[in-house]
Amino acid sequence: MTDPIIVGLIIFVLASFVGFEVINKVPPTLHTPLMSGSNAISGIAVIGALLMAGSGHTTLTVVLGFIATVLATVNVVGGFLVTDRMLQMFKR
Amino acid sequence: MDWLTRIEDLSYLGAAALFIVGLKQLGSPATARQGNRLAALGMLLAIVVTLLDRQIISYTGILAAISLGSIIGAVAAYKVEMTAMPQMVGLLNGLGGAASALVGIGEFCRIVAVGEPLPLSTLVTIILGVLIGGVTLTGSLVAFGKLQGLISGTPVIFPMQQGINLGLLVAFLATSVLIWLDPSQMGLFWSLVAIAGVLGVLFVIPIGGADMPVVISLLNSLSGLAASAAGFIVGNSMLIIAGALVGASGLILTQIMCKAMNRSLANVLFSGFGGGGAKAASGVTSAATPKTVRTIDSEESAMMLGYAKSVVIVPGYGMAVAQAQHSVKELADQLERLGVEVKYAIHPVAGRMPGHMNVLLAEANVPYPQLKDMEDINPEFENVDVALVIGANDVVNPAARTNPGSPVYGMPILDVDRARHTIVIKRSLSPGFAGIDNELFYKDKTLMMFGSAKDVLNKLITEVKQL
Repeated sequence: MTDPIIVGLIIFVLASFVGFEVINKVPPTLHTPLMSGSNAISGIAVIGALLMAGSGHTTLTVVLGFIATVLATVNVVGGFLVTDRMLQMFKR
Repeated sequence: MDWLTRIEDLSYLGAAALFIVGLKQLGSPATARQGNRLAALGMLLAIVVTLLDRQIISYTGILAAISLGSIIGAVAAYKVEMTAMPQMVGLLNGLGGAASALVGIGEFCRIVAVGEPLPLSTLVTIILGVLIGGVTLTGSLVAFGKLQGLISGTPVIFPMQQGINLGLLVAFLATSVLIWLDPSQMGLFWSLVAIAGVLGVLFVIPIGGADMPVVISLLNSLSGLAASAAGFIVGNSMLIIAGALVGASGLILTQIMCKAMNRSLANVLFSGFGGGGAKAASGVTSAATPKTVRTIDSEESAMMLGYAKSVVIVPGYGMAVAQAQHSVKELADQLERLGVEVKYAIHPVAGRMPGHMNVLLAEANVPYPQLKDMEDINPEFENVDVALVIGANDVVNPAARTNPGSPVYGMPILDVDRARHTIVIKRSLSPGFAGIDNELFYKDKTLMMFGSAKDVLNKLITEVKQL
């Protein structure tokens, strides 16, 4: 259980099952918001980008990290806000 | 393990829990908005905690990047038209994939620059991250281009397409092996990145515009997997969990949509739907049916609608293109004023993304209970006086039930032809995205109104007001 790759795989498989269970039987009305909401969650790559941009190993990694952070932040902020905008319309 | 790392890990766990609860709540209309906020909160928590990480030694660049990204994201989210939502989601997907790929690329560059040994498992995760992330990026960009009309929505098919794809995959694997043998060859690594990008383009380009909902959904799933791969690369379980959640949920949505079109995922991805085969099939139809089209003017049409007992409105992509959702709602209001029972029939793949029509009608304040799913409304069509089809085509094509030679055969459709009368508002007789003729337009009970959905509806509204 000490190999980080194995631990990662265990986490990955279990989380996938959770994802399947959680999303099952969603009414079609919510498909679009669900998609854009989960899309925003996939912007979690921002964390990897932050660690890369901030650790300052080489100029190249810092630059790549900077670009990755910008892209992932657009994904996160845009995704959550646009989902909220859609859901706000459903409320009325 | 010091206390800071512990706090960090526990906060990641908290964020993951917020994602799961948020996704669960996104699945129900009553709690969806709160669910989205919970997920956003989870993301905020994860980001803030990451900023406290010891690895981070410089903040100026990071804060600039976060501010820049937030501004772009916020402006895009508020400016985008609801009709352009599929493109927006497609584009955001691509950015997420790009970020994941960049994390992989950066980690590889770091390892090579520092001269660390590169274990096989790390190399494999990096290569997977670059592949999935790169395919997500360029695939999403092509999907965006197709939806935005920047490139043709028709499937692009050329000779040896599958052969070239296979060749590229083999080249990708071969390059991977070469990198394993000598990681310091950066040129090899960059060609690996390039191949991943080309694969993404080739993956989406043969898929027709009508199948874009499925593609967007699949790319969404892939962007999750890309994030997971990035998590393996940097050894962060938060990324693995969130990526797996998105990957699984995207896959489910993809499955639901394929089922709604009665096609397998493989068929959607590899058949070049709407190309040559479809043309042959429409040729068969045109020989078999005499082509008489009945048109109706807005005055007569207004009378039919105004004096009907029940009207079912069937919106399609044409309504979205014409931005006619508000006119639709106004017409419905006028009809209800006359005592007509108005409902909306929503096909699961109407529009360019699943649930697209629901979003547009919600924007126009159509009450949620009036929107009916296909299974609920289909048995009712026999008792419906008028089915009003607005810019929908393939999802109401009766050939799906009757003509085994048709490419849409077997796809569940809205049975508008079973209503007492069908009025179709459409720009022209031109075939829909599936590229096939629609025999509905030539039926005796079908009356056509040609024009842009918005113009036709506005004329109808004026006439109905005078009833």
